[in-house]
Amino acid sequence: MYTLYYIAGIAVLISFFADREKTIKGLKIGWKKFSKILGTYLKLLIILSFILLISDQFIINYLGGQAPFVGLIMGLIIGSITMMPGFIAYPLAGILVSRGVNYMVVAAFITTLMLVGVATYPVEKEYFGIKATIWRNIAGFIISALIAVATGVLYGEVLV
Amino acid sequence: MAKNKKKINRWNYLIFTVFVAFIIGSYFLNFDLGARIGSNFMIFARDMISILPPAFILIGLFDVWVSRESIENNFGHTSGFKKYIYAILLAATTVGGTFVAFPVANTLYHKGANYSSIFTYVTAASLVMIPMSIMEASILGIKFTAIRIGVSLPLVIISSIILGNFFTRIGYKIPKAE
Repeated sequence: MYTLYYIAGIAVLISFFADREKTIKGLKIGWKKFSKILGTYLKLLIILSFILLISDQFIINYLGGQAPFVGLIMGLIIGSITMMPGFIAYPLAGILVSRGVNYMVVAAFITTLMLVGVATYPVEKEYFGIKATIWRNIAGFIISALIAVATGVLYGEVLV
Repeated sequence: MAKNKKKINRWNYLIFTVFVAFIIGSYFLNFDLGARIGSNFMIFARDMISILPPAFILIGLFDVWVSRESIENNFGHTSGFKKYIYAILLAATTVGGTFVAFPVANTLYHKGANYSSIFTYVTAASLVMIPMSIMEASILGIKFTAIRIGVSLPLVIISSIILGNFFTRIGYKIPKAE
């Protein structure tokens, strides 16, 4: 869990031996960037805490027992608006599969979960600007839909 | 503009303080909904604390050590198709997912990487991260992960090229996050 701290620590040490001044300058740049964005990340934390209230049960109910096409759309939408860490998302996906939910629907959910971030919009727009953020997420949504359909075809769930 | 940003930041801190007070209050008053929000908060907060500070240290060092030319040569206009390969490799090994990938992409861009490579990088960072993909394969099966990655990479590159051309044509500038 603290791997990145070790990596950063070693990097700072090496950098410090190589060039003291450069290292201090680099740390200052890092701190400046960090302190500028921290408020936005805190806001994101609040948004995510609320979003995760959408319970596993809700997702299982909505994605299970749907017609494949409806499930696909639902998976894409729920995946886009929610955001959860991998150690919650994948076990949930495992439950969905074990309940007989199509792989296509699971792929739609998992892929949009990772690729489309409605919730992370405040952070992304700081780094990419509003226009690029919106277009990138639209592209992500389309890619997710294509991946889901391809998964459905390759698992033989959708007949071509 | 800068002043405005500072003001927004101050609001964020204020809201955050109120939010934390609400969670602590909920625990004491046994307010169930608040406690649930609180445990959700801990999940993401732990994630961010373990990732963000060291990530920004590395971004700062990256900024002073890596020269503009080397970024231009590998991720810029002078680099051909190989910039997509590099972007994907960098994405696969980025720890911390999109939270880290956004600031890294911004830094790359201002050092001379072009749109299509940073779009490829950010999109791939959420798709092919190695630790996540291993976890996925162990739960959903290798076939699932192989399809997802195999189908997505070409799409990611194609869409990045389209978006990159579009943003170059309209002369879009990505904001500089100091």
